[in-house]
Amino acid sequence: MTKKIKIALVGNPNSGKSSVFNALTGLNQKVANFPGVTVEKKIGYTSLRDKFGNTVDAEIIDLPGTYSLYPKSPEERIPFQLLCDPQNEAHPDLTIVVADGANLKRNLFLCSQLVDLKIPVILVINMMDIVRFKKININFEKLSERLGVPIVAMNARKLEGLKELKLAIVQPFNPPVNDFIDIRVFAPEVVDTIRQTVNVKSNYNAFLVANNLDLISNFEIPEFKKEKIRAVCAQYEFNGQQMQAKETLERYRVISTIMQEFISSPENPIQKSPSFRIDNILTHRFWGYFIFLAVLFLVFQAIFAWAIYPMDLIDSAFAWLSEQVQSSLPPGLINDLLVDGILAGLNGIVVFVPQIALLFFFVAVLEDTGYMSRVSFLMDQLMRKFGLNGKSLIPLMSGVACAVPAIMSTRTISNWKERLITIMVTPLMSCSARLPVYTLLIALIIPSDYIYGVNLQGLVLMLMYLIGFVAALLAAWVMKHIINSKEKSYFVMELPTYRIPRWSTIGIHIAEKVKVFLFEAGKVIVSVSIILWFLSSFGPSDSFERIEEKYMSETYTRSMPKEEIDRQIQSEKLENSYAGRLGHIIEPIIKPLGYDWKIGIALITSFAAREVFVGTMSTIYSVGDEASTKMTVKEKMRNEIDPETGGPKYTFAVGISLMLFYAFAMQCISTVAIVFRETRKIKYPLIQILYMSGMAYIASLIAYQLLK
Amino acid sequence: MFKMILNKEMGTTIRLLSELKKGQKGLIDSFTDYELSLKLLEMGCIPGEMIEVIRIAPLGDPIAISVAGYMLSLRKAEAATVRIKTN
Repeated sequence: MTKKIKIALVGNPNSGKSSVFNALTGLNQKVANFPGVTVEKKIGYTSLRDKFGNTVDAEIIDLPGTYSLYPKSPEERIPFQLLCDPQNEAHPDLTIVVADGANLKRNLFLCSQLVDLKIPVILVINMMDIVRFKKININFEKLSERLGVPIVAMNARKLEGLKELKLAIVQPFNPPVNDFIDIRVFAPEVVDTIRQTVNVKSNYNAFLVANNLDLISNFEIPEFKKEKIRAVCAQYEFNGQQMQAKETLERYRVISTIMQEFISSPENPIQKSPSFRIDNILTHRFWGYFIFLAVLFLVFQAIFAWAIYPMDLIDSAFAWLSEQVQSSLPPGLINDLLVDGILAGLNGIVVFVPQIALLFFFVAVLEDTGYMSRVSFLMDQLMRKFGLNGKSLIPLMSGVACAVPAIMSTRTISNWKERLITIMVTPLMSCSARLPVYTLLIALIIPSDYIYGVNLQGLVLMLMYLIGFVAALLAAWVMKHIINSKEKSYFVMELPTYRIPRWSTIGIHIAEKVKVFLFEAGKVIVSVSIILWFLSSFGPSDSFERIEEKYMSETYTRSMPKEEIDRQIQSEKLENSYAGRLGHIIEPIIKPLGYDWKIGIALITSFAAREVFVGTMSTIYSVGDEASTKMTVKEKMRNEIDPETGGPKYTFAVGISLMLFYAFAMQCISTVAIVFRETRKIKYPLIQILYMSGMAYIASLIAYQLLK
Repeated sequence: MFKMILNKEMGTTIRLLSELKKGQKGLIDSFTDYELSLKLLEMGCIPGEMIEVIRIAPLGDPIAISVAGYMLSLRKAEAATVRIKTN
């Protein structure tokens, strides 16, 4: 016989909850989002066997870490809604409360709330290695008796106690019998009325419903019952905040007596702990920043320099694959769609994987060791002036390599407003896709001279990076004043004990992030890349056939080699494609910036990725006399004549204007896709496109008009 | 000019947590911000609990305190809502 049970994993942040989750489920887990919010929902499965040989299939949901059942953020709302609404489809049959054994006083608080909810509870006292190190003595038997729940001692990182936990899960479980505190005395009438009105399992559950009336709209109870609850709360002047304070004090009063009775611990002054000593260096006024800079530099190096090798490998693998497809299928529409649309799109997604994996390796290590909260501690004073969090620096710096993994890594920021601002401004950091555009344009307009021993071209390149960074900070500062947030922003944050990173957890974390990117952002990227392929390879009516016919005529076949004709056909096709037409259409709009329709086409195709600018330019400038075939893109662009002035097209003014445009404009469909996935609202990527493109337009306009 | 309130009967001084220097300790007396106090309460900052300022961030803000056996960091503005009884 198979039994199916639903288990919820609950615990304080830093209690090692995810270690317990990973120990129980291994790789058998999936990540989704809770409906309507950007909170990750992790579900894992495990199959256990009870002592009669029956199979028990457990579905385990890993709830976001929380200090209590009182929700203060969208993240903490999830445990509340799941646990306090018996009608919720994910309402568990059993909860496993994970508590940090070295920090029991605070961890027992949440546990005591769950005991009073009367959902069956198993208490895992985790981090037994630290408990032993600190010589804390816990009387498990008596504590279990007092709380009325089974207790399992674990060191989940080393899988110690896993067998016992699995055994405890398959035991028949019952809701705790005794109340931890008598909650009814605080508001007897309200509690009684709610219990008569809706189906809740305990007085405490009723009390919580009264205390979070604004959240009960999510419960599946009819409106007239809600009205009744509101009425009774109003009648007896139920003051939620006061009640919560009373409850908290009462719980801690009982916990204090429990701590005295069942737990003995020698004096462990924090100043003597290894973590405190490590902090003496890591949060030192000089070494602290020095080490943080070094960490940033390392992360930067990894995603900028090291990721190149696997990325090149992926590119050449796709190039090989494209060649195979191209040569094995008959030429034509399907072939083109496969190669230039779908394979190119897939390539554009898979190529991000090395950067994502590397960045998340570092982010996971920094989080898992406890260092990330020190980064907040060090940088908060600086960053909050711009509406950002100390932790925003990691995504911002990663944005220099690529905004896509950078935006995914903002999940470490728990405050929604700070996280949103970080997401909104990260794409302003000069990413590596802008580099080919910058280098091409700089080579065109900036002489390779030296001033005081400094290479001018290098100086301008550095300036471009600086402009991106300053623009990001300024945009953040503006948004800090614009974005309204109902959520009150508190910094109050635990500085957890330093721990050695758990490599398996980190591996699982990386795999998760890569999967999410490939399958969720990937869908959008492939679709858009197919659309872009269509726009640039089809033209209205029979314009393409006419181009081919034109070059079939003897005038061309006799005077030009085959490759040259092909190049010219391609170039002319691009000009006459939908993208080319669009370039012509937007010409009046971009003319004040100093651009013509050719640049217009490049701006449009750059939406796939900014570096496409270079490729598009070289295709467009393929048209010309025979001598031009031997020239590089740079030389072709240099020779381009402005028909109005008779001088070169790519003047200093045009170059600067173009570089500024690429610095600010949101021209990256992968970023748009990931912002959508991370914010769950189409509104945010749209605002981002608008504000960034607006900034780009204005900056380029001013630059061109001043410099021309 | 510290905002010191002398409590004559007890012989103790009430000060704000934000005014304590590194290494100074005291017992939590009360809170001046109700909403924030709920957050602090559930994290173990209970009136009567001993806390000590163990670190101040190099830029002067935030600060780190030890409470209930662990390290908690909070901004100075937040610490200014906590009244501390010191000797």
